[in-house]
Amino acid sequence: MVTEKDVEHIGELADIGIDTTELATFTGQFNAIVEYFDVLDRVQGDGAVARDLYNVLRDDVVEPSLPQEEATRNAGAQEDGFIKAPRVM
Amino acid sequence: MAEHTISFNPDDRYNAFLKVCEKPSFGEGKLAGTAIAVKDNISTQGIETTCASKILKGYVPPYDAHAVALIKNAGAAIAGKTNMDEFGMGSTTENSAFGPTLNPCDVSRVPGGSSGGSAAAVAGGMVRMALGTDTGGSIRCPAAFCGIVGLKPTYGRVSRYGLIAYANSLETIGPMAKTVSDVSLLMSVIAGHDRKDTTSYDKPYNHTPSADIKGLRIGIPEEYFGKGVDPEVAASVRRAISRLEELGAVTVPCSTPSMEYALAAYYVICTSEASSNLARFDGVRYGLVADSKKSWHAAYQEIRKQGFGPEVRRRIMLGTFALSSGYYGKYYAKAQVARENVRKDFARLFYEVDVLCGPTMPTIAFKLGEKSDPLSMYLSDILTVPVNLAGIPAISVPCGRVQGMPVGLQVMGRPFEDERVIDVAYAYEQAVKP
Amino acid sequence: MIDADIIVGLEVHCQLDTKSKLFCGCSTDYRNDGPNTHVCPVCLGLPGTMPALNKRAIEYAMKVAKAFNCTITAESEFSRKNYFYPDLDKAYQITQYDKPLADGGYVEIEGDDGKERKIQLTRIHVEEDPGRLVHMGNAERGRYSLVDYNRAGIPLIEIVSEPEMRSPKEARKFLNKLRATLEYLGVFDSEKEGSLRVDANISLRGSERVEIKNITSYKGVEKALTFEVTRQKNLIRRGLKVERETRHFLEARGITQSARSKELENDYRYFPEPDLRPLRVQSWIKDISLPELPDARRERFVQQYGCSLNHARTLTGELKMANFLEAVVAGENGGLCDLAATWIADTLAGELNYRSMNIDALSPKNFAGLLHLLKAGTITDKSAVEVLRVMLDERMKGEPVETPDAVVARLNLAKTTGDDSALLAAVNAVIAENTKAVEDYRAGKNGALNFLVGQTMKKTRGRADPGELNRMMVEALKKAEQ
Repeated sequence: MVTEKDVEHIGELADIGIDTTELATFTGQFNAIVEYFDVLDRVQGDGAVARDLYNVLRDDVVEPSLPQEEATRNAGAQEDGFIKAPRVM
Repeated sequence: MAEHTISFNPDDRYNAFLKVCEKPSFGEGKLAGTAIAVKDNISTQGIETTCASKILKGYVPPYDAHAVALIKNAGAAIAGKTNMDEFGMGSTTENSAFGPTLNPCDVSRVPGGSSGGSAAAVAGGMVRMALGTDTGGSIRCPAAFCGIVGLKPTYGRVSRYGLIAYANSLETIGPMAKTVSDVSLLMSVIAGHDRKDTTSYDKPYNHTPSADIKGLRIGIPEEYFGKGVDPEVAASVRRAISRLEELGAVTVPCSTPSMEYALAAYYVICTSEASSNLARFDGVRYGLVADSKKSWHAAYQEIRKQGFGPEVRRRIMLGTFALSSGYYGKYYAKAQVARENVRKDFARLFYEVDVLCGPTMPTIAFKLGEKSDPLSMYLSDILTVPVNLAGIPAISVPCGRVQGMPVGLQVMGRPFEDERVIDVAYAYEQAVKP
Repeated sequence: MIDADIIVGLEVHCQLDTKSKLFCGCSTDYRNDGPNTHVCPVCLGLPGTMPALNKRAIEYAMKVAKAFNCTITAESEFSRKNYFYPDLDKAYQITQYDKPLADGGYVEIEGDDGKERKIQLTRIHVEEDPGRLVHMGNAERGRYSLVDYNRAGIPLIEIVSEPEMRSPKEARKFLNKLRATLEYLGVFDSEKEGSLRVDANISLRGSERVEIKNITSYKGVEKALTFEVTRQKNLIRRGLKVERETRHFLEARGITQSARSKELENDYRYFPEPDLRPLRVQSWIKDISLPELPDARRERFVQQYGCSLNHARTLTGELKMANFLEAVVAGENGGLCDLAATWIADTLAGELNYRSMNIDALSPKNFAGLLHLLKAGTITDKSAVEVLRVMLDERMKGEPVETPDAVVARLNLAKTTGDDSALLAAVNAVIAENTKAVEDYRAGKNGALNFLVGQTMKKTRGRADPGELNRMMVEALKKAEQ
């Protein structure tokens, strides 16, 4: 049983921003889905995966980088080639 | 290389396209001059790529997805970017931030999703071929709902480099067209190893479809015809399978018990991976711009609230929850065990049979706005997700109509036997050609 | 003195010296170039891009693991460490979590009690570096951050020790041994700024553990830990509790400061990286050959060159210094060893340090030449130091560097053995000019003779042998009295 407080906490963990107006609906839907996931509790097995691809590696070779202009072109704000971001404390 | 252009001016009454390239250029090769629509979660250099989300509005990739580079090399003209459920999350294309796409067969109905735009572009006759992506049925569902052919290739057979990730371990790019031959042709261009995608295999596809299926053993899993599947849809598919028997195939009833938890496993895994993949959209390097007057966390939260639709935010939360400390063992780890069981189930069946057949979707296309409850929406993926969990190839080919709407026959095959799956679809398609 | 109450563990991150980044082909040589000039869609984390693992980074990490006697795990994989920060462009760092490349192993250091000790390692793994954040603005104009992703994707090796060090000094020795070994292996360039970062854990027995994150200098680690020992002891002495927390080291002020508590609450939601395949590289270990490592070289210096253990330790503590010694004594048939070991470890190291210069600043040939002059008795020790300083200063100023012979000739520093007349003249001149000191000497005052000898040394620019001068001065004073 997932409570509204739990959903709020997950919202914080995910930094996703939940409105108080959405909280009740979200929690209801969330609960229904998470309850559905409970069927996984009955799953048996060791999950050992027989994988077929290992050690996929590339040689240490230098390849051209993007020009600074292209690298920063999609950014909302730049300064002297740096990309601008909101301040971290 | 000689540069030609075509004029592309479709009458897009279905909102299939998010962006139309009016004078796309093309070169030489087996696709020379063919207008191909590309789903908007596949990166196209110089062409805005949004995944049908506000958070990526204005993002212009500085590079082409590998599959896009390959079709350009083969002479294709990129006709435009097609509408989809935001970031691939949905089965109706109603979750697009830029309006739903309509089903060309009935504009009051959804085209399916998440590659609804690509399906409608093909079904509506605007383009001959399209690229879609399939994470849990997103090529096959709209192919079935719109009455076209869509192939989900074996995982790793087509490079994912450039596909904006939703669920890395489940998804693949695939071809969509009106005919099996065209799907096969497009597959031959995009399949093959890419060193930039280290999960890709060196398995090129060079196959001409063959209609000879004499002696083919077809498994009919009972779970694909159980309750939850519309009886008329089931009947339509059974008739199609009978056709295959007439062509010399042999059917074998069978069962996939792992079906019981396949959908839960799928949604745990895809939401977990998505919660991680979508965290990079912070408004700093591309897309919706973060308010740099706010502090980092406040700005980040604001962007995600404004830029993501409710379904995306729901799935990010589910995924965060499933991966969070204390819950990882119950959900994510368990889902991986379940996934292995699904893989083993298919492997066991494929000892006895060569392919499995069943309906692609449990119903015909829903009416627009019909599915508003998330869980009931997820449940409609029940017949398509097991294939993604196992990484095997599957195709949807149109087989008749119910209430005037197309029904899809799904053919599933062994890993790397995309050719055989194509052949079965081709055999059926040729047999019922008017 | 061993403080049995101190427990220290270190997590050391070193940049591996590959040509290209860990997951893409961007060049790792970014330090002299502008921001965001060594980036590509992959290391920028553009949507749709995928990592491709650099083979050499794994080989380098395995070399390190082998050098420290670690076990390469049968299967290792990469995981995502999820958190949101502007310098982390995918919002996750690709690292190794529950299946690292190697575990176990140990680093040998000279303990505080003088005995060799093995500090056990927990694990070694490979991960990518995030980008670099610069904080800008002020309260009025508004604060913001600027990001440079050149560093994003640089390969890092993380070496985690068991909490077995017993003092800040032992921590420094651990770090030095680690650094030297990585240099000898050729996988790490310690001169590159920011190429090493350390997280240190320290607790006093019975108290909570404190973590100090992101110390970026070798000296800083010892300083930070020393500060912590004092801080924690003070708290305990006052009957207060040491909080379990994360702190930052403020290098300029030499203090640690509490970090914001939000960092502690991070749930990184690790899961295996789906875009990378697992590694099964245990079998590669037999094909990995190691060069001579610091401890073996130290032993050899003692055996082959007759170095004292202390000198050998100092000399082999840095790859370049060890190489320098061997270049200097090469072809000398062991003639210069003693002198070279002493002069490099004691004098040269000091002069270089003082000028913040690198041992590359001096050619082994020139240094050998200087040692020859010393050995032949052509110049005094004092003059030799002066010649050395001249050569280093010329190099520092970018002027052409003279050979030692040239310097000696130019400054007239050759010992005037046999040329007593000039010396005698100097001695007599000093006696004449310093009547007070002469009186003091006659009165039996202690420092007077030294003063007079010193004045003569000045006059003769240190060319004379002090012992010789002393004898001459005493004789001259006696004569003058008569």
